Amino acid sequence: MKSIIIDDEATARSIIEHLGSQNNDVEIIEAFPSAIEAIKYLNQEEIELIFLDIHMPAFTGFDFIQTLKDPPKIIITTSDKNFALDAFEYDCIIDYLVKPITQERFDKAIKKAKNKTLNTTTVETSSSNDLYVNIDRRLVKINIPDIYFIQAKGDYIKIVTEDKNLIVHATLKKIEDKLPDSLFLKVHRSYVINTKKIIDIEDNSVLIKQDIVPVSRSNRSELMRRLNLL
Amino acid sequence: MQESPTLNYIKEIAGDDKDYVAKLLTIIKTEFPLEKEQFIVFYKQQDFRQCAEMVHKLKHKINILGLEKSYEVARDFENQLKNNNDSLYPPFYQILMHIENYLDSL
Repeated sequence: MKSIIIDDEATARSIIEHLGSQNNDVEIIEAFPSAIEAIKYLNQEEIELIFLDIHMPAFTGFDFIQTLKDPPKIIITTSDKNFALDAFEYDCIIDYLVKPITQERFDKAIKKAKNKTLNTTTVETSSSNDLYVNIDRRLVKINIPDIYFIQAKGDYIKIVTEDKNLIVHATLKKIEDKLPDSLFLKVHRSYVINTKKIIDIEDNSVLIKQDIVPVSRSNRSELMRRLNLL
Repeated sequence: MQESPTLNYIKEIAGDDKDYVAKLLTIIKTEFPLEKEQFIVFYKQQDFRQCAEMVHKLKHKINILGLEKSYEVARDFENQLKNNNDSLYPPFYQILMHIENYLDSL
């Protein structure tokens, strides 16, 4: 697994690098003293695992995780046991290593990371017009311009297209990120619509297909700006 | 009686790699005085929040050197500082001096 280390302490970085050098399943590519430097690197490089110190000045490990769109697997390294509960809030966090880290404990964490597959493939795009969604372990292709709107429904989204409605385990934010801004607009906290499919607009709603979609006050001006008004 | 620092942890993770023991000790000997100095600067400024950050970093080195009781003092001191209490400064400072002398002797 291609890995990086983020830790503000040189001693800790050296120890993790050494522990990594003794394990055949991990390859430590870079080590960063701050999360900010790592973000720049991650914008250009793809890695599979991060050893992340939580307790860093200015920008904590948890702050860092929240900046990542598709976080890789993360192993927390810290001198504090107190953050362990917070760590379990994040799906990407595989393990929690309390310093000083032994080789045995390190190897155990790597084994866990190797065996864990992150659930990040619910919504994938291939070419500019196709969107693949994971339904019952099948990847179903949708032609993006055919989407009328997407509605958030708890942990799921409903995708309404020309000829089918699909229920997918994903967040509205996740699919929104995969759709072209030129076509799609979030008009309500639970709805993203294809603006080309609007039939008519009333005060606080739009008619798309045969459905009335609510438009929140804060999103209305952006919607109006996008329309070719006479 | 004050506990003595050991290299047990460092030797354990290094195995037969003596070069790594030397390398890690060089890093600790470089980093420790800087962190100690920074801690003292913040303490003189009565910036207890920053002091707590430095104690947190120093805590790891205390642990690496096998100083279990000193680690407990450091942990309690870090928590105290977060509540604007510095009553554990004297024993913590003693710990730092003890480590400094030990690193100088290596």
